[in-house]
Amino acid sequence: MRGSLYLAWRYLAFHPLKTAILVASVTLILTIPAALRVLVAQSERELTQRAEGTPLLIGAKGSPLELVLNSLYFSTEVPERLKYGQVDRVADTGFALPIPLYVRFRSHEDPIIGTSLDYLEFRGLKIAAGRRFAVMGECVLGARLAARRGIAPGGYVISSPESVFDLAGVYPLRMHVVGVLAYSGGPDDDAIFTDVRTTWTIEGLAHGHMDLSKPEAASQVLKKEGDVVVGNASVMQFNEITPDNIRSFHFHGDPADFPLTAVIAVPDSEKSGTLLRGRFMDPGELHQILRPNDVVQELLETVFTIQGFVVAALGLVSATPLTTMALVFSLSLRLRRREIETMVKIGGARLSIAAIVVSEILGVLLAGIVIAGFLTWLIAAFGSDVVRAIVR
Amino acid sequence: MAVKQSNGAPRISIDGISFRYRTGEFELSVPAMDISPGESIAVIGPSGSGKTTFLHLVAGIALPLSGRISVGEVEISGMSDAARRAFRVTRMGLVFQEFELLDYLSVLDNVLLPYRISPTLTLDREVRDRAAAIAAEVGLSDKLRRSVRRLSQGERQRVAVCRALVTRPGLLLADEPTGNLDPKNKDRVLEILFEQAAKTGATLLTVTHDHGVLDRFDRVVDAANWESADGGAA
Repeated sequence: MRGSLYLAWRYLAFHPLKTAILVASVTLILTIPAALRVLVAQSERELTQRAEGTPLLIGAKGSPLELVLNSLYFSTEVPERLKYGQVDRVADTGFALPIPLYVRFRSHEDPIIGTSLDYLEFRGLKIAAGRRFAVMGECVLGARLAARRGIAPGGYVISSPESVFDLAGVYPLRMHVVGVLAYSGGPDDDAIFTDVRTTWTIEGLAHGHMDLSKPEAASQVLKKEGDVVVGNASVMQFNEITPDNIRSFHFHGDPADFPLTAVIAVPDSEKSGTLLRGRFMDPGELHQILRPNDVVQELLETVFTIQGFVVAALGLVSATPLTTMALVFSLSLRLRRREIETMVKIGGARLSIAAIVVSEILGVLLAGIVIAGFLTWLIAAFGSDVVRAIVR
Repeated sequence: MAVKQSNGAPRISIDGISFRYRTGEFELSVPAMDISPGESIAVIGPSGSGKTTFLHLVAGIALPLSGRISVGEVEISGMSDAARRAFRVTRMGLVFQEFELLDYLSVLDNVLLPYRISPTLTLDREVRDRAAAIAAEVGLSDKLRRSVRRLSQGERQRVAVCRALVTRPGLLLADEPTGNLDPKNKDRVLEILFEQAAKTGATLLTVTHDHGVLDRFDRVVDAANWESADGGAA
């Protein structure tokens, strides 16, 4: 048997190109469906885990999927806004703890999550270094983001403008990093968490500027009408909230009307959850309340259906390289007929000669399986990052 | 006629055999013939007279329709296919006109081929040393690791001869071993075959078209009538 294995090895090694093509064919045939299954399984796990951990989600009427993907996985598609007053509405029912979410802005590609400290409690996010955000302008970073960007407590992040061509739009705000979260294995690891008021500041709903009532600001005053002081264009606006200027920051308007992208509702019991859902069922209701898991399951059903089609299509496509491989081996046998006849004439055992051919085929299959296994392992190991990037 | 006796060389007894391929008109009939141990015999005759078929029948590659062939004490025509293969690989060495080497193997691996394709033989250090020694005797000691594709025709046939000799067979069967060689290499290969046969005492049965080498054989058999070329019964 060792002799047959050796001869098979020598033959394969003598034809490296042919062997490589055959091995590559086997690898592809095996890797693509396996990788697809791994990625779908990981997506399912990732999506389901997060969705199951979020009991109820309230948002403006619109796409439920967009609302779930933005609120749970911080996707870039921003759903219709609802007003902060919905937080009070939920709180007033006494059925659930409302957690505001404003997921609109980014720092580079990383999402800035405007929320409350309850969010960190709700998701079980621990501080690994520094402390939680306490005042406007402070933020904490997810573990992976902090590592990737090399930012520690004491550093800062700057929000990105939504459009560089929109002069009246959102201006960058420099936020102080006061803490870094421990690794949690979810989308929170790649996000920046701050008080919802800070995100409103980024949007321009709050701002701070030099005190125009002081004598040294006389040159910036355009006119005074009673208590109202109107500044001219040279009034300096702050793009950073510091202990020195925080008192100058103020909101224009009623915070109850300020925007959110969603409210997470954490009911104290299943009954409370059901009752709360009932409050949002009026035909004229402008908001939707949904269980994220229902939306995710619906999405996964679609994904599984597509996966079924893809695997079936791959099965059909795989028939081509498999047939080609069979053809290559059968042609190879025809070409080697004389060689096999020589072995027979010399007195080679039927089993030993058959073992050479079988070993060659098995060698190719084994090499393909090993490489496919390694590639699938790689995809399994780093697939969650890929999935997260896709979801994001 | 001087016949070299050999311990390992078998007596070959042919008891009036006939053979016909499943397709085709060709039919071979060989009357009774005895080949003594250590004897060297050349089989001559025109193309299509059945010289190679005769060699295959003696080797047990083909089976006669009637009659018997015995190699030593064993009636090879009565053995199973597996037994004939095992017998052939251990007791016979075959050399072909086209060398029939495996291009993807080195010189040494080609010589050791019988040991890799038969569970009857065991490949060990002694065999490797013997293979190297035989290769050295035919002038291939510095080419053991070289691919046979890079050898000349003469060198390739010498490798084929080494492969036939490595099992120390008692019977050497050569099918036109010099048919594809130039005169210089022809002499060299024949010399090696005779030298090795003499050294091991093996019986040498050679099919040849080359009448210029016949005087080196103990006996010459004409396949036209299966009689000795001198006119006597084969």
